[in-house]
Amino acid sequence: MNPFRRSPFVIAAAIFVYTFLYAPIIILILYSFNASRTNVTFEGFIPAFSDRIEMDGSLVKASPCGPFHWYCDLANNDDVAEAAGNTLTIAFTATIIATIIGTMAALALQRYNFKMKPFSQLSLYIPIVIPEIVMGIGILTLFSQFFGWANEAFSLQGDARLSLGIVTVTVSHIAFMVPFVTLVVQARLQGFDKSFEEAAMDLGANEWTTFRRVTFPMILPGVLSGALLAFTLSLDDFVITFFTNGPGSTTLPIYVYGLLRRIITPQVNALSTVWILVVFTAVLLLQILQSRDSKQHS
Amino acid sequence: MLQRLRESKSAQGTLLALPTTVWLFVLLIIPLILTLIVSFGKRSPDGDVIYTFTLDNYIRLSGYSTDCPDGQTACFDPLYVGILGRSMSLAFNTTFFVITLAYPLAYFIARAHPKQRNMYLFMVLIPLWTNFVIRVYAWMMLLRKEGAINIIIGWVMNLLNIPFTPLEMLYTPGAVLVGMVYEFLPFMILPIYTSLEKIDNSLYEAAADLGANAVKTFLRVTLPLSMPGVVAGTILVFIPVMGTFIVSDILGGRQVILVGNLIQRQFLDARDPTFGSAASLILMVLTLIVTYFYTRKFGFGEEIVAA
Repeated sequence: MNPFRRSPFVIAAAIFVYTFLYAPIIILILYSFNASRTNVTFEGFIPAFSDRIEMDGSLVKASPCGPFHWYCDLANNDDVAEAAGNTLTIAFTATIIATIIGTMAALALQRYNFKMKPFSQLSLYIPIVIPEIVMGIGILTLFSQFFGWANEAFSLQGDARLSLGIVTVTVSHIAFMVPFVTLVVQARLQGFDKSFEEAAMDLGANEWTTFRRVTFPMILPGVLSGALLAFTLSLDDFVITFFTNGPGSTTLPIYVYGLLRRIITPQVNALSTVWILVVFTAVLLLQILQSRDSKQHS
Repeated sequence: MLQRLRESKSAQGTLLALPTTVWLFVLLIIPLILTLIVSFGKRSPDGDVIYTFTLDNYIRLSGYSTDCPDGQTACFDPLYVGILGRSMSLAFNTTFFVITLAYPLAYFIARAHPKQRNMYLFMVLIPLWTNFVIRVYAWMMLLRKEGAINIIIGWVMNLLNIPFTPLEMLYTPGAVLVGMVYEFLPFMILPIYTSLEKIDNSLYEAAADLGANAVKTFLRVTLPLSMPGVVAGTILVFIPVMGTFIVSDILGGRQVILVGNLIQRQFLDARDPTFGSAASLILMVLTLIVTYFYTRKFGFGEEIVAA
């Protein structure tokens, strides 16, 4: 029996599911070249570089950017630039902190015994088993109560008053990212033999050298995939950000959501297309790097 | 002191786990306790919380009221219970459809040639990396009256000479269901794939040697061994569906109100955090009960990390 044999039914179902997964994305990209401003229907592509007369006699002006009109429009949009900057700042900062403390916790939980271990391990499952909105409103309540108290108690005025912003978003992102980093690194640590570390210790290496030269290189792929997971979670997050952001800390998902409730032009599609391309390229590069890395080690 | 630390394994472990534990305690556990306290409070006229102990919010949520229009002493308004029920049934339906779609694809990938598997998996992940909000927006463009689906159906109907009026699909419960299924499909495919891939090929050979046909092999070998993946996937799908409010907000218009929308509105429009907190605690308890019974029956697999 050929182990790779699949029935026609399975193949047909797979094609159907892939179509389901990709159809919306293809439509999204197609509409980013839409000549229609309202973006309700697809009214053909934007004319390349010359004006065009429509069937009903109206004139469609060529854009200096040609078919990429909406992309130029996007590039000139300061709100988008600010939101993109915020999103990346939050994602990078939160990923670095979450990866460091998450890896430390994974080492502790896998290699050491200590009093609060069951509590630490259990708390990791909170973001998985509790709906995000429950955490979101809880964190909002915490910040608003704490800030209200602190502003009052220290009679803070003007700019010194504590309020929701980039810091609160970052701090909250770290809270739901850490468990994922820890669980991924823990799974990696479970897989490998403690005897390598014992051998290093026997050969006279101290704890730090053992960690640096033996443990860390071995868990590095796990740490990297944990970090990548955390980073994408942060980029994608809507709910927690929605409840913890303040003036000036709008991220891209929040910005897009705001647009969806008001006017939508193909600019949103252009933004989505750029987003997809950037993330796709980044992940592809990382995959190539990782597969090269694993080839070197084997 | 440094010497003592070097010798005490327990102190080292505590120190390593401390940042994460404190972070999670302050930002996840304290907020939950605060939510509980606030849910017993009262709303002040300007939308602040007055801390007392009253069960008013929970009673309001249950629909029981003594302030009845036609002179009765007690009456029952199923508004909020209905919202909870609708969210539950949507979450069950979404999970069902997601499993139906995810299982064949996961099976397809797991039985693909090892060299092609990574590419197929990568193709599942790409949609996941486009933003959650952007994916909902894409469905808005597909489902609306002038959208792509109606254009394609109209075109086919035109070829067949059947008269066709564009369907109203956006702002219906069906649109919300499709959006939810689309959003969470990859979270089911990955864990099912992980558990299918672990199945040793020799098991299939043994089943074939013992005379089992393809259907029997699937039912007696493949399906039971892939259950941990299905369970992990269900947890990753069911819980977020229960609490999501964007999909229903955008694809359901104002027609489909779920618990998520109810909670969000209490915090933003209605400015009644005490009632919102009570609703979110009920939501949490419901998801925990469902998860508990579900995992007690099938176990809590390590596949959950795989996604």
